[in-house]
Amino acid sequence: MSFIKPQFRHPALPKNRVGYTKADYEGAISTLCAGCGHDSITAAIVQACFEIDLEPHKLAKISGIGCSSKTPAYFLRNSHGFNSVHGRMPSVTTGAYLANRDLIYLGISGDGDTASIGMGQFVHAVRRNLNMVYIVMNNGCYGLTKGQDSATADAGSISKEGHTNQFRSIDLCSLSIELGATFVARSFSGDKHQLVPLIKAAMAHPGFAFLDVISPCVTFNNNKGSTKSYDYVRAHQEATSELDFVPEKEAIHIHYKEGKSVLAPLHDGSLLHLYKLAPGWDPTDRRSVIDMLQNAKVEGTIPTGMLYLDMNTRDLHDLIHTVPQPLNSLREEALCPGQAALEEINASYR
Amino acid sequence: MKPTNIQNPEYFHKVVDCQYACPAHTPVPEYIRLIANGKYTEAYLINWESNVFPGILGRTCDRPCEPACRRGRIEQGEEPVAICRLKRVAADNKGPVKQYMPTAPAQGNGKKIALIGGGPASLTVARDLAPLGYEIHLYDEWHKAGGMMRTQIPAFRLPESVLDEETGYILSMGIHTHFNHYVSSMREILNKDYDAIFVGTGAPKGRDLNLPGRKEGARNIHIGIEFLANVAFEHVHSIGKKVIVLGGGNTAMDCCRTARRLGGEQVTVVVRSPFSTMKASPWEIADAQREDIPIYNNMPPKEFVVENGKLRGVIFEKVRAEYDDKGRRTLVPTGEPDVFMEADDVIIAVGQDNAFPWIERDLGIAFGKWDLPVVDRISFQSTMPKVFFGGDAAFGPENIITAVAHGHQAAISIHLFCQGKDLLTDRPAPTTNLVRQKMGIHEWIYDNAVVSDDRYAVPHEEKKLALSNRKVEVELGFDTDTAFKEAQRCLNCDVQTVFYHSRCIECDACVDVCPTSCITFTINGDEDDLRMRLSAPALNKSQDLYVSDTLPTGRVMVKDEDVCLHCGLCAERCPTAAWDMQKYLYNVTKAVKIL
Repeated sequence: MSFIKPQFRHPALPKNRVGYTKADYEGAISTLCAGCGHDSITAAIVQACFEIDLEPHKLAKISGIGCSSKTPAYFLRNSHGFNSVHGRMPSVTTGAYLANRDLIYLGISGDGDTASIGMGQFVHAVRRNLNMVYIVMNNGCYGLTKGQDSATADAGSISKEGHTNQFRSIDLCSLSIELGATFVARSFSGDKHQLVPLIKAAMAHPGFAFLDVISPCVTFNNNKGSTKSYDYVRAHQEATSELDFVPEKEAIHIHYKEGKSVLAPLHDGSLLHLYKLAPGWDPTDRRSVIDMLQNAKVEGTIPTGMLYLDMNTRDLHDLIHTVPQPLNSLREEALCPGQAALEEINASYR
Repeated sequence: MKPTNIQNPEYFHKVVDCQYACPAHTPVPEYIRLIANGKYTEAYLINWESNVFPGILGRTCDRPCEPACRRGRIEQGEEPVAICRLKRVAADNKGPVKQYMPTAPAQGNGKKIALIGGGPASLTVARDLAPLGYEIHLYDEWHKAGGMMRTQIPAFRLPESVLDEETGYILSMGIHTHFNHYVSSMREILNKDYDAIFVGTGAPKGRDLNLPGRKEGARNIHIGIEFLANVAFEHVHSIGKKVIVLGGGNTAMDCCRTARRLGGEQVTVVVRSPFSTMKASPWEIADAQREDIPIYNNMPPKEFVVENGKLRGVIFEKVRAEYDDKGRRTLVPTGEPDVFMEADDVIIAVGQDNAFPWIERDLGIAFGKWDLPVVDRISFQSTMPKVFFGGDAAFGPENIITAVAHGHQAAISIHLFCQGKDLLTDRPAPTTNLVRQKMGIHEWIYDNAVVSDDRYAVPHEEKKLALSNRKVEVELGFDTDTAFKEAQRCLNCDVQTVFYHSRCIECDACVDVCPTSCITFTINGDEDDLRMRLSAPALNKSQDLYVSDTLPTGRVMVKDEDVCLHCGLCAERCPTAAWDMQKYLYNVTKAVKIL
């Protein structure tokens, strides 16, 4: 077994604006099972970071426990990182985000880490609108403990050992929309064409960006009857839209049919270009999104792509009126203004 | 593109760049792995089967394999594996090998073959035919076998003992030698009762320069290959203190270095064209420069200056190279004043030609352009059915390994000819073998880790000692520890990435893990279109694209073979074993099974 990836890369690899090749965004070699969907998501993150010309030190990757939460070891080796406690990624991210609002926060979690043990943390991160990207690598099973059904396993889905899941699944996308998330998307690890622009858009979004990525577990949940297998997802996936992420400074050269195109400006000057494929759905109208997701559930399809987008978002710092400067860079005189300031405050209550 | 047909023996052969580039198609990665495992005898025998002179070639080969080596392409500044010098390690460290070599059968097959010239081509024919019971008669003008390997390669590059050993393996297979026998008439040979005749007489004529003063200074003006032969056979023991060598090929390098050892204190090489177009191998140029031999370029000689019957030096013109639209070169005088360089002796090493003064032209052996015989490129047969040519004698000067490759093919032709079979349609196909390397989950029989070491340099003998005696070998060869490290640099390009499209679930794991972005899953297209749409553009058109059948999503797998490290990660990360690492052994079939 190889534990080290050879150091050689394709000699003609292109460089991005900050002078890095895609290889500069990689991490250690994966120790997940061969063919794991999580590795594809890892590759999509690498690709997205390369394409947005990310300087690696401007991102922090934070995860909990599980197969998914191991992946930050396999990408962005030069970024900040914190592998936290099971289900506690949101609170660690909250702390980091409050201390330094200047970084991009990339939370990596799994269906167990989010929808089971971490549910209590997850919902509060959503409603507080933390400015972060929250990726759930969703394989519908507990791969690290030999593939028991997770809370996102669909009712009726058949496990590898042959039993049928009797419980209703938690749809994390619907839940996020319900809780007020401002960017909700679903994708599939086997569709990088869709996933990469979604990750890029999520990183540019100034609020909580939730990405539910269906990621087949090749070892425990890629069997016939499973609703999270490569074959099933490919057969039932229906893209709501085609998405283009147009970075700042780049001319828009895509023309869509009128009426079907949504152009969403992002706060950093880049544009999100959506070409709608799903009928009767408006990604900016929460009710139509909920309807669409419910209909899909009845019809047995898996809508992927951008689901809901709210551009009028106020993130946590905005909501609690913190100072624009990162708290971790505030000096003692600002944090402890001294006796005179205290006197003034006390006086105001008298 | 159509799906790649991996059943074609040449497809995977081409992926093994070194073996494909070798005229004899020696299975290079196979023997390099054996060297890494300390199995020097086995490594030697694999070489011997294929190229007949591993010890000689491990020192003197032109190494077409090394520029072809994939390692040289995977990163800017990365150098190829020292294939040639690893071959020498096998020869230096092997155990007894004679017992593994074939012998002539006690009972001959009743056919008689004459080999004219005792160089690498003829010796190869002898090696391949002797075990079949042919009675083989080898003619050479010198008193020992080896041909140009003995007369033109100086002893400080190739010790006589190595030559004697490797020519000896062949001669001891019951070859009838006729040494000190210059064949002066083909008619005479034809009149003897040989069933077939092989001509391997090389390119024995060194070119001369007919410049003013050539005749007057003749006593101190020498032809390169004649000079080298005279030194080798100890007819010449010394040379003047100031020596000019004219020419930029490997013979010129051998001449100047020989001159340094015979008393030449100021030895200079002068080339008429630019340095960059010198024909000598870069390492031979480097070796000459290391021995304090300056090389001047863009200076064609104009006149030998002779005073009172004694050579004084040479006058050179100064030129620059200009190229026309078609890339043809002309040397244009720069207008600078001519240069005079002093010399006690001048050696002319400006190329060599074939010469067949001994083949009468009324025998039915046709001669064509440049007075070269008309020879079939595949069978090596001349226009007289029972006469075959090989080595430099066939198509002009090449090198030892090419002569060996010719010898193998000529031997097959002679054997077919003597059995009355067709020389083209009855030729044997190459043997191939594709073997899985899986030893367990994620475990391979071969060492798939890719090391990052730079190429190791071969140690040299101390210069003062090396220059004191022309028989002291300059290169010392790798010790076994360094040889192991150098062998580990080999990428094992013969361990092929075999793709079974029916097993693929299109999970992208191979695409994601491939360090050199070789693999892409995409919609099919024509080759030029596909080459630009891959994970990294496939700009090296000399390297093939491996294209699969259409997959369930309508895409195909396309692998650019160019910079594949053969690290096996695609197969390690493949959940369904759609990728497999399989060792491909390609072997040119010989007239007789050797090992």
